[in-house]
Amino acid sequence: MQGERLGIGGAVVIQSGALDELIKVLAAEGYKVIGPTISDGAIVYDEIRQAAQLPIGWTDLQQAGSYQLQRRQDAAVFGFAVGPHSWKKFLHVPVLRLWRAQRQSDGSIGAATDPHPASKFAFIGVRSCELHAIAIQDQVLIGGTCKDPHYAARRDGVFMVAVNCTSAGGTCFCVSMGTGPRAEAGFDLALTELLDDGHHEFLVESASARGAEVIRQVANRPAQPHHRQAAAQASARAAAQMGRQLDTAGVRELLLGNLEHPRWDEVAARCLACGNCTMVCPTCFCTTVEDHSDLANGVAERVRTWDSCYTLEFSHLHGGSVRSSIRSRYRQWLTHKLATWWDQFGTSGCVGCGRCITWCPVGIDLTEEVSAIRNNQPRHGRPLFSVPSPQGKGEGEV
Amino acid sequence: MARAGKPKLAVWKFTSCDGCQLSLLDCEDELLEIAGQVQIAKFVEASSAAIRGPYDLSLVEGSITTPDQAEQIRQVRRQSRALVTIGACATAGGIQALRNFRNVPEFIAAVYARPEYISTLSTSSAIADHVRVDFELRGCPINRHQLLEVIAAFINRRRPALPNYSVCMECKRRGTVCVMVAKKIPCLGPLTHSGCGAICPAYGRGCYGCYGPAQTVNAKALADAWEAAGASKIEMHRVLRSFNANAAEFRSAAETLDENG
Ligand code: SF4
Ligand code: SF4
Ligand code: SF4
Ligand code: SF4
Repeated sequence: MQGERLGIGGAVVIQSGALDELIKVLAAEGYKVIGPTISDGAIVYDEIRQAAQLPIGWTDLQQAGSYQLQRRQDAAVFGFAVGPHSWKKFLHVPVLRLWRAQRQSDGSIGAATDPHPASKFAFIGVRSCELHAIAIQDQVLIGGTCKDPHYAARRDGVFMVAVNCTSAGGTCFCVSMGTGPRAEAGFDLALTELLDDGHHEFLVESASARGAEVIRQVANRPAQPHHRQAAAQASARAAAQMGRQLDTAGVRELLLGNLEHPRWDEVAARCLACGNCTMVCPTCFCTTVEDHSDLANGVAERVRTWDSCYTLEFSHLHGGSVRSSIRSRYRQWLTHKLATWWDQFGTSGCVGCGRCITWCPVGIDLTEEVSAIRNNQPRHGRPLFSVPSPQGKGEGEV
Repeated sequence: MARAGKPKLAVWKFTSCDGCQLSLLDCEDELLEIAGQVQIAKFVEASSAAIRGPYDLSLVEGSITTPDQAEQIRQVRRQSRALVTIGACATAGGIQALRNFRNVPEFIAAVYARPEYISTLSTSSAIADHVRVDFELRGCPINRHQLLEVIAAFINRRRPALPNYSVCMECKRRGTVCVMVAKKIPCLGPLTHSGCGAICPAYGRGCYGCYGPAQTVNAKALADAWEAAGASKIEMHRVLRSFNANAAEFRSAAETLDENG
């Protein structure tokens, strides 16, 4: 049997040992290769040079406010879910100097921006929810008329190696959000780890010409129908294992119609307003700028940093903060993610990755908050304001 | 900017360990620049020579623990165009504010042979409890980069860019794996004012609250999470009762823990 051939939409099979070749081919093509690796008791994203740096044989146990690494029984390379980092750390960096101005000896002022990174990124191990999150940030940061040049420069030409999840984490709910577990678009290559009865190989699907070009340089053989079947089964297994669920039916109207629901007070009593959920969320994009000048006032610089709607400055207008209570700040977060994001960008702001649940120090779980509101709506009264459906978008299409 | 002479800087000390003032001497690379831009009119740690006031900027270290100090700080205020407190002592009363929760005459009787020679107040209090303060720089000790930012801001008459949100914001920006979530180590970061750069979690330890309370403090919620992580309320009480014990939010959080046993 011939099997499939390489090309866009085609698939091959590589042995698990060939991952190292893949990393080296990408590096040789000039990419800065980033992938999952273990650091400080978690699987984070960092620069990698060889497959041995991947979290081989490790998994993560995730629950609300809790993350723990655990040894697996097998040598799976991608047998874990997403960790504390997301790819936004590289594309929409946490701290960025926007410009630096200096007074010259002739009294004039010269300003300079820092150079963009010299090499392009190759991301290895991008999950389906993360591809969706990157697509959302693309739309927010470079999809409109005002494009963020810093994001654009880092995002341009990223080589995406997706990994189809074959098991789901304890806080995952991509199935509810329609964002996984199988990667459908936005990648160059997609790997599915096939691990059974002594076989350890990857089905590699290619979705771009350069994807096919790269995998051609790695020892491979044609994929057979049974490989495709095994991959589909593995995705189905992950889909059946979701640690969480979120009923998205009419969620925008549900939240915006319940802005005075007592549940907001209840969650505010538990919330620290620490901002961790927004920092770990792969779609949250808010930033602030700080201006600094040196003592001699000869050098000034503007620095952009990740911000959060949990800070008081975030909503500081003349005279004070508009969202001074924790209640109003939690409500801003949840309604932006699941409701007003539709009005603003025509999609959900949540991809169901579960990071905000795992990395909340007190374990607040947005799926639980939504269902508490859904299951306990006041019987009387009208919504405080009517909720028009955003034109041609929103839940009606989900 | 046209200026009539260099601005005059004074550094004052009340009850404290001198560590914060030394942060200024620690700014080795920048010290010459500081000296070039301001006239260091009074700084006992650096030089015994002093120039008379008034001063453009007074940096005040230490808390008020004696009747004399309570009077002296008023004089400092009168001589200073801007007054900035530096460190946990000046800003919250410091570790010595633990006396505020105990009987001071009993301590004096137990420690000194001739208690009548001791003239002290029953509390250690922040400078802002006595006079108007233009800016409070947090930390035990302060971060020298933040100190430079404050001096640069005041001599250039701009607002210091020093946010007062939680340590978690800095912790996440530097990519540290949260020690509370991944290691069950109790961390005070969610309640604590940023500024240190989230050093302790980066070295696998919980935050001790050196920078005092952040803009929003929900201590009850964190205490419950500490308990769930296996730390007792007594441990949380101990951490709250340290350098910033007398800061209003930490004090009331510790008192609430007291009331609930
Ligand atoms: S809101 Fe939470 S679950 Fe949704 S994308 Fe953000 S971090 Fe992931
Ligand atoms: S949830 Fe908050 S931090 Fe996140 S994008 Fe919305 S406003 Fe910004
Ligand atoms: S929901 Fe959790 S992570 Fe988010 S601000 Fe509140 S306590 Fe922090
Ligand atoms: S380690 Fe501490 S400071 Fe850092 S995010 Fe966790 S709770 Fe916040």
